[in-house]
Amino acid sequence: MNPWTTPERTALRDMVRDFTHKEIVPNLRQWEDEGRLPRELHLTAAKAGLMGVGFPEEVGGSGGDLVDTTIVTETIIESGGSSGLIASLFTHGIALPHIVANGSPDLIDEYVRPTLAGEKIGSLGVTEPDGGSDVANLRTRARKDGADYVVDGAKTFITSGVRSDFVTTAVRTGDDGWGGISLVVIDKGLDGFDVTGPLAKMGWHCSDTAELAFSGVRVPQDRLVGEENAGFVYVMQQFVVERLSLATQGYATAQRALDLAVEYARTRETFGRPLIKRQAVRHRLVEMHQKVEAARAVTRQAVDAQVSGEKDDLQMSLVASTAKNVAVEACEWVVSQAVQIHGGAGYMRDSEVDRHYRDARILGIGGGATEVMKDLSAKLLGY
Amino acid sequence: MTKIVVAVKYVPDATADRKFESDDTVDRENVDGLLSELDEYAVEQALQIVEEGEGEVTVLTVGPDDAADAVRKALQMGADAGVHVNDEAIAGSDAIATSLVLAKAIEKLEYDLVMFGMASTDGSMGIVPTLVAERLGLPAVTYGSEITVDGSTVTIRRDGDAASETVTAEGKVVVSVTDQTGEPRYPSFKGIMAAKKKPVDEWSLADLGVDAAQVGLDASGTQVESTAPRPPRTAGEIVTDEGDGGTKLAEFLASKKFI
Repeated sequence: MNPWTTPERTALRDMVRDFTHKEIVPNLRQWEDEGRLPRELHLTAAKAGLMGVGFPEEVGGSGGDLVDTTIVTETIIESGGSSGLIASLFTHGIALPHIVANGSPDLIDEYVRPTLAGEKIGSLGVTEPDGGSDVANLRTRARKDGADYVVDGAKTFITSGVRSDFVTTAVRTGDDGWGGISLVVIDKGLDGFDVTGPLAKMGWHCSDTAELAFSGVRVPQDRLVGEENAGFVYVMQQFVVERLSLATQGYATAQRALDLAVEYARTRETFGRPLIKRQAVRHRLVEMHQKVEAARAVTRQAVDAQVSGEKDDLQMSLVASTAKNVAVEACEWVVSQAVQIHGGAGYMRDSEVDRHYRDARILGIGGGATEVMKDLSAKLLGY
Repeated sequence: MTKIVVAVKYVPDATADRKFESDDTVDRENVDGLLSELDEYAVEQALQIVEEGEGEVTVLTVGPDDAADAVRKALQMGADAGVHVNDEAIAGSDAIATSLVLAKAIEKLEYDLVMFGMASTDGSMGIVPTLVAERLGLPAVTYGSEITVDGSTVTIRRDGDAASETVTAEGKVVVSVTDQTGEPRYPSFKGIMAAKKKPVDEWSLADLGVDAAQVGLDASGTQVESTAPRPPRTAGEIVTDEGDGGTKLAEFLASKKFI
């Protein structure tokens, strides 16, 4: 049986579509203007079990695997949500997995359970002002002092960093290079922990983005996630899932933009005929459809491989990088064509395609830029 | 331990293109259907009642094969078990004939309370709860905007145009609730996964001891003589504001008796 269309997953799609239509679509424009999502949305989504999808029940999750989280992501976007909303509402998808996989029971009780219940918001602090995708060379330092770490440094472009209650932060606890990095969970409000934001962005307006500054912040050592100096490995292990999520956001955004373009082409009349009656427009819509289908197929194939465990870590890195780049390329082209088909209307803030066009631009930058994906792929392919 | 039977209906999706059959019954085969939204309120209230104490919610539907979807949705929301009465002879039954099937099915179940939505979103008659109560010989406490259960006492608030009434009944009771009782929950992800393991019984008329001649289109006391699709909406009237827009608007509203 096709794992994407089991009766349960069809029901999940129906529920998520219903949730999106009722809880998200009527409010998204307001949240875009306000630059953030309300906390109540996290609680409402948690009640429907959406926050916990893909997390084991033992840590307060709802169960399910990457196919289920992928279905949630694509259905929200294809029903009128957005990649920015996914990034902000599900930031815990990048903030929690390291804690779930390697953290102590205390850390799970303190951070994982309340976040999956929608009561806390988490974020992940990796990127630094002077080094985007170069994780191995990050400079935020945590030195031991008594029972604490003392953290000094800065992070930037931190998704949900303004609203979050805690930040799973990559810090240097050891030597230079990838072997000296640890993950510690740092609470907001600690002395010396300053937050700047929300930063004004091209897209993803409903998702707050922050700059974080740590100046002698004392963090208890029991906030260390897993082993000291193993942080780089933990971060890398989660990159596959993050990249597959971004790939999903890519093809789902493209699908939504295509749906909007088809609807517009059917209703918009120029020179006495609907746009869709013109072969050039029809062919363009078909090309958009073909790219969406290809991106969806490559991404779902990668998700299936991740779930089945049929590939080793290196193979999965290649598969995920490939999916991300294919989906991002498709998305950027499709959203641009969707705006073109909308004409002047597509350039207006009130058109939904305008938002997808702006939101799409980050997908090839975040979670490992397109060029980083290519470098990685070249290495893994032996080119 | 409160055992609640919630009767639900599988109805054509109101947002879909709904049609009638050649015999003027609703086309239930070729139009997407779903659990009647008004029945979701009854399921929600039943779940809240059992969550406050102890109990069990059984969801009951009468309808064709696809009506199993309505039962499944209620199970995903959290109901414990389902019963689907499915028999070709039932097709075309009016409210009175349907109430016979429902009452016979309810008699086969253990229950303390029978709950309904206030009406279906397709037929919109709202009389089935009372008809079932009559057949079961139970009090009918209908159109509750609020419901509380305390031991064997059921209390509802019924909001009318002139006043709100508080109505109580003892023992086994048939209740219908309105869409003012509180938003129904989404089926949770865990609920969706759990629903497939919940028991659903499928019963025929023979299982209920109902003679096929008592139900169906021919046995129904009411017959639909004809149906006609609603005419498409016409374009609205645009009034140019030449300084007298307010007056024209008021005249328009007055002409339609809105003011």
